[in-house]
Amino acid sequence: MEAFYDNEFAEDAPPVVHFENVGVRYGMGPEVLRDLTFSIEPHSFQFLTGPSGAGKTTLLRLILLAVRPTRGLISLFGEDVSGISKNALTDVRRRMGVVFQDFRLLDHLTTYENVALPLRVQGKEEASYRAEVVELLRWVGLGDRMHVLPPVLSGGEKQRAAIARALIVRPDLLLADEPTGNVDPSLARRLLRLFIELNRLGTSVVIATHDFSLMDQLDVRRLVLGDGRLHIDE
Amino acid sequence: MSELSHARASRSSAPEGDKRPLPASLRRNAPLVPVDSAGGQALAAVIAILTFLAALCAGGAELVASSSTQWRSDIAREVTIQIRPNPQRSIEDDVARAVALARQTPGVEETQAFSKAESERLLEPWLGTGLDFNDLPVPRLIVLKLQAEAKPDFTKLRQALRDQIPGASLDDHALWVSRLSTMANTIIGVGVILVALVLLAAGLAVTFATRGAMAGNREVVDVLHFVGASDDFIAREFQRRFFKLGLRGSMVGAGAALAMTVTLGFVTRSWRASPAGDQLEALFGSFSIGWRGYAVVILIALAVALITGIVSRLTVRRFLNGNG
Repeated sequence: MEAFYDNEFAEDAPPVVHFENVGVRYGMGPEVLRDLTFSIEPHSFQFLTGPSGAGKTTLLRLILLAVRPTRGLISLFGEDVSGISKNALTDVRRRMGVVFQDFRLLDHLTTYENVALPLRVQGKEEASYRAEVVELLRWVGLGDRMHVLPPVLSGGEKQRAAIARALIVRPDLLLADEPTGNVDPSLARRLLRLFIELNRLGTSVVIATHDFSLMDQLDVRRLVLGDGRLHIDE
Repeated sequence: MSELSHARASRSSAPEGDKRPLPASLRRNAPLVPVDSAGGQALAAVIAILTFLAALCAGGAELVASSSTQWRSDIAREVTIQIRPNPQRSIEDDVARAVALARQTPGVEETQAFSKAESERLLEPWLGTGLDFNDLPVPRLIVLKLQAEAKPDFTKLRQALRDQIPGASLDDHALWVSRLSTMANTIIGVGVILVALVLLAAGLAVTFATRGAMAGNREVVDVLHFVGASDDFIAREFQRRFFKLGLRGSMVGAGAALAMTVTLGFVTRSWRASPAGDQLEALFGSFSIGWRGYAVVILIALAVALITGIVSRLTVRRFLNGNG
């Protein structure tokens, strides 16, 4: 595994994510994911891959605690989350940035308001983040689209807005579900460089993708899902 | 320098066009939870109607309360002595004696003895005109007006009348005042209960509307959770939106109720000279609710808005707790 961030204290820190024999099933159906045991170390970079329907999104939702495991143990930032309180869950989610496959931008808010949302829900004053949000929007090429509502944005623009929203809080863990699925190869490379840069600044990055051309650009750990099980290519 | 850190630090090295100062706010203060949908507008209309009804109930109760106070004070300030004719006695002497006794009673400000002709005229509405009253034993009335705030003890006067003037009786209207009080208090009580029921109905309407808004905005609530919003933050957002919605609806309802009251006041004043207007005025006094009535209507509007906000917040908290 290649980590772009070289931190001498990184080895002492607990894993950002640790799964121990985790399984999940929906209702009375079969287990869609089973016996997942892996860790995501601080400041690490990895791809999560596998064929469509392999459970990449479900695994990301498990990390987000949007889906609870039917068995096994999950620890986030060194804390067992099996009995996590609502307040603690909010604190954990504030340390994560998420890029959803379907973007999940709020259609009644402008691009600027969507990107600033994680800071706004933390109760921060707009004056404290306005310049930074505008700067990030300009960097992802949405400087002149900041007052536009998402329904007017193209797929690529929505994706960049979703990425900017995930990055604005400089999270400890970034989860990105097919973040380059709707952009051209040039912009995909640029976005990948953005994730690498974020990783250099200390963020652990998990990118779920089945785009081999994207993965081939980086020699990093690959978490491969297939038949409900996880295989790790170091 | 790397791209992101360059981007983050680029304020100093940005092109000239990017250096222009940013406006004070780029936010439009758009609500995070959009409740101004058709459902929201319907809720505002329901709240307006409920507030209108509650304000009318409260205004009516206030009107009855102030009118009954006026009736009771008018009636309580008058006492009547009735002297029935007695063939063995001179009724004029009895009237004069009764007036003299009444004037000796502390608290009596003025006495007014009705003459025979005046007493007979009082019967005309029931018996008609042109009747010979000489054959009828028409009683004579003496009206005693009491001093303001005086509460005279009529025991001695009643005893003196009984001893000295057979056939004389004193009526201090206590029974009538008591019945009037009971009736007025009942009407006020019913008004208060109606206002409470309307407020309860408003609360229930808000509960259903909030649950509908939560279900309709499930996606928004999920996203807010994922970007780090706490349940309390989300509940506050819903409360803020529903409070504004409730305030808008309740102000419209209260405004309509006040406009109706003012209009009815004008109409009844223009009818004052007519018999119907006189009857209405006799019942309700002038059709005006006074500053206390206006204050009650505005308080109801504020209470409805507050209930809307608080109920929506509690509903959201319960919904979020119930849905993990």
